[in-house]
Amino acid sequence: MLVVDNIHTHYGKIEALHGVSVEVNKGEIVSLIGANGAGKTTLLMSVCGNPQASSGRILLEGRDITTAPTAEIMRSGIAIVPEGRRVFPGLTVEENLHMGGFFNTKSEIQKSLEHVYELFPRLKEREHQRAGTMSGGEQQMLAIGRALMSRPRMIILDEPSLGLAPIIIAQIFEIIGQLRDEGITVFLVEQNAHQALSLADRGYVLETGRIRLHDTGKNLLANPEIREAYLGG
Amino acid sequence: MAAQNFRHALFCAIVTLIIAYPILGLNLEARGIDITLTGADTFTVVMVFIAAVVVFAFQLFRDGIMETFKSLPGLRSGGAHKEPMAENRRARIESWVITGIVVLALFWPFFVSRGSVDLATLVLIYVILALGLNVVVGLAGLLDLGYVAFYAVGAYTFALLSEYLGVSFWLALPIGALLAALFGLVLGFPVLRLRGDYLAIVTLGFGEIIRILLNNWTSLTGGPNGIGGIPDPTLFGMEFGRRVKEEGNVSFHETFGIAYAGEHKVIFLYLIALVLAVFTALVIRRFMRMPVGRAWEALREDEIAARSLGMSRTAVKLSAFTIGAFFAGFAGTVFASKQGFISPESFVFLESAIILAIVVLGGMGSQIGVILAAVAVTILPELAREFSEYRMLIFGAAMVLMMVWRPQGLMPMRRIHIELKGQE
Ligand SMILES: Nc1ncnc2c1ncn2[C@@H]1O[C@H](COP(=O)(O)OP(=O)(O)OP(=O)(O)O)[C@@H](O)[C@H]1O
Ligand SMILES: [Mg+2]
Repeated sequence: MLVVDNIHTHYGKIEALHGVSVEVNKGEIVSLIGANGAGKTTLLMSVCGNPQASSGRILLEGRDITTAPTAEIMRSGIAIVPEGRRVFPGLTVEENLHMGGFFNTKSEIQKSLEHVYELFPRLKEREHQRAGTMSGGEQQMLAIGRALMSRPRMIILDEPSLGLAPIIIAQIFEIIGQLRDEGITVFLVEQNAHQALSLADRGYVLETGRIRLHDTGKNLLANPEIREAYLGG
Repeated sequence: MAAQNFRHALFCAIVTLIIAYPILGLNLEARGIDITLTGADTFTVVMVFIAAVVVFAFQLFRDGIMETFKSLPGLRSGGAHKEPMAENRRARIESWVITGIVVLALFWPFFVSRGSVDLATLVLIYVILALGLNVVVGLAGLLDLGYVAFYAVGAYTFALLSEYLGVSFWLALPIGALLAALFGLVLGFPVLRLRGDYLAIVTLGFGEIIRILLNNWTSLTGGPNGIGGIPDPTLFGMEFGRRVKEEGNVSFHETFGIAYAGEHKVIFLYLIALVLAVFTALVIRRFMRMPVGRAWEALREDEIAARSLGMSRTAVKLSAFTIGAFFAGFAGTVFASKQGFISPESFVFLESAIILAIVVLGGMGSQIGVILAAVAVTILPELAREFSEYRMLIFGAAMVLMMVWRPQGLMPMRRIHIELKGQE
């Protein structure tokens, strides 16, 4: 589905990614874990073409998107839930969701809207509330819902558990599992290594711009080094 | 708390004295070749003192006064306590009210003085300008401080075309608007990556460049002397002057067999401005409901999120700039025709600031609010002619008061399909 092949990404002169390769197969959940500043967000943003990778290749469903403009990438069946949620604060929940289906037809929007409300009944209750006034957890649900509105084949999530209570995190991870069961490919970036790896089919560990390890989720969870560094021993 | 309030109040009162006394009380008078300084008469001094006392009292009891104002119904902000009203019923009432106002505005000039109609034309020009800037600032959230440049482009396009090529108002109107839109597009490119303060500074610079260019390109624009003799609009080839200027045209009063009156021309121009203002409002309203309008809002709310949804920053920003500039070009053409004479003087930064103030006062994004504010900001200074030296002062005070009481503007924007609920 998504192949990232040995990419380097620069912010000005600083190189943030030093040759990263990641592969996400159709129907999988792949988790990427790593410390702060490892370059996780940078990797996701490179996939979205902002900033573009300076070398290497990125293929989405076999198509080279390394130098495609962001707007075009984001319209080709892939959706991202950006770091820090980034809902439209002044718009209502419903309007936020409508924005998510910006390039879809009315009937498609209606269908995806019902689907999102089914996944997150909480959003339905808050339909007319302004997104900026909602709690962090609700905003995260909204951000995920908005990404789903375009009916993507693949969804990328950047730290969806950031700053949320354990019970909400559990709910969100459950939904992510549900998305996979519906056939959506998931690429998940997390600090919350334990939950991210338990859910994932496969996992990658990113350290200062390089992939350090790559294995199935189960094996990574059992790996003593990983336990030491990311799971608190 | 009380002591602090007292100190603050005393300080404010003294500042009032220090500022007000020299401005109001001291006069420089020229007697022959000497300039003498004369003090104020007792009345002024008393008034200054009263003002200081009022400021003192207000500051001392500020908290209490603010509380009282807050509890007045209607001044409440945000509509938190408004009952949800059936959306379509409100929309219906709104459209009836607007239709009523437009109909009134159509007949009104026939019953009032020529000066009032002239002023009303100016108001309508500002309405067009503010509606256009509202797209850029209110909807797309791009702070543009050089909007007057596009107004100037429209006005000069007509002036130059008529001077060098004898082009008439009706042909110049679309050309001026399109040329202004082109300038908007061209300015849009370099500022694509800018936001907020940086964008404001660059657009400010652009506004000044256009003005300075007009000022210095003397061979083409006449520089500071401006361009005069800009023709009036014609009605199907009928001119409104006493004598026909252009061959082949006939004069309005002779065609209809009525006596010549200067008012005809003024009223005609007013009606053109009215039609254009209504046209502007309708077109922009249409845009707001179209995808591009929603994309503007998405961009204003969160640029990264908007891009993550596949919206193209380039297209969204450029469309806002271009459409905003287009209507400024309209306004400029009408302005040139109304004045008959234009010079760079009319397109200074203050104009940009006033148009922006209208948008902010009206409530960013809201069309009715912006129209009301345009009327208020243009007419109030005219009514307060006696205080003309204090115009900017009153203006500033009004802005400050507005920001305290209604930071969201006269009529905050309501999106088309929102119902307000108690929980907001
Ligand atoms: N816009 C930018 N300009 C310059 N450097 C940047 C920029 N964004 C990120 N970086 C740098 O790139 C490196 C990787 O950052 P990135 O945001 O990808 O980390 P991350 O793994 O997502 O961290 P976190 O878990 O804290 O979100 C960091 O050293 C960061 O300082
Ligand atoms: Mg990150």
